[in-house]
Amino acid sequence: MTVAASEELALVDLLDRLLAGGVVLTGDVTISLAGVDLVHISLRALISSVDKLAEQQP
Amino acid sequence: MKDDELAYTYLVGDAELSHDAELLGLPGVGRGPVRALSAGGLAALVSTVEARTFGEEALKENLERLPWLEETARAHHAVVEAASRRHPVVPLRLATIYIDDHGVCDVLERNATGFRDALDRIRGGRREWGVKAYLTPAPSDDISAAPEGAGPGASYLAQRRAARDRSDAWRRAAMDAAEDLHWHLAAGAVASRLHTPQDPRLTGRGGEMVLNAAYLVEDRDAERFRQAVAAWNDQHLQLELTGPWAPYSFATLDES
Repeated sequence: MTVAASEELALVDLLDRLLAGGVVLTGDVTISLAGVDLVHISLRALISSVDKLAEQQP
Repeated sequence: MKDDELAYTYLVGDAELSHDAELLGLPGVGRGPVRALSAGGLAALVSTVEARTFGEEALKENLERLPWLEETARAHHAVVEAASRRHPVVPLRLATIYIDDHGVCDVLERNATGFRDALDRIRGGRREWGVKAYLTPAPSDDISAAPEGAGPGASYLAQRRAARDRSDAWRRAAMDAAEDLHWHLAAGAVASRLHTPQDPRLTGRGGEMVLNAAYLVEDRDAERFRQAVAAWNDQHLQLELTGPWAPYSFATLDES
């Protein structure tokens, strides 16, 4: 078992919580992200960056 | 606040949050200083951000840029973390943004009961722990990988089938073990929540993630919880513990 130091939080763990957790104030928020799947967006951003890294490494 | 500015909102807490000098002025998202707003007997931590970056259209584009997303997520987390170490707080979802401070105060007043209930659920030093379990490789994998052209085709196929059956059985046993682990840990927690297992491309590990769970644990039980994770020994699983976190996965307005 490994215990991650809180100083080196993996982004993927952080996004698990920030994008799937936290109170969502639907309908009250002026900047409406309704219909925008935050988790999906971040996953796409993360995966495309991982893919780019993989391409750079022959 | 000016017309081209917005109020980025991090969290909601008790009214006394607004007097905590340790928190006010901390650098927030976009590096603006953190401020407190009070309404409905509650307080919210906010900071001013620019509309050209955090307005609806710009935000959608920026969220797709990983360096921006990471910087924003870490800045949001830093504020939540600092406050949650000193107060019970209800974190808000990343990118909760209002046109101005009035919008924030409105939402505090309208949801005051819900926020107070949410605060009561995490009051008294309840923190979140994350437990992830990865599938370990089936031990017979290496032996079963027959070299190309080794023996007649039928024998090769039979070997392949046997290897696949062993691997399926191993995975089923791992799923069962993960479920046992989850119930075992949930029994020592105030509440639990299952997250979607992370994409293997993102975990940087070979093994499939079969459990991605969050547990809300009383501070006085935290050591026992850590030990329960450390002592769990199952050859099918490799475990990873993260935390303690602010209660991100347990901050909701709809539970009763």
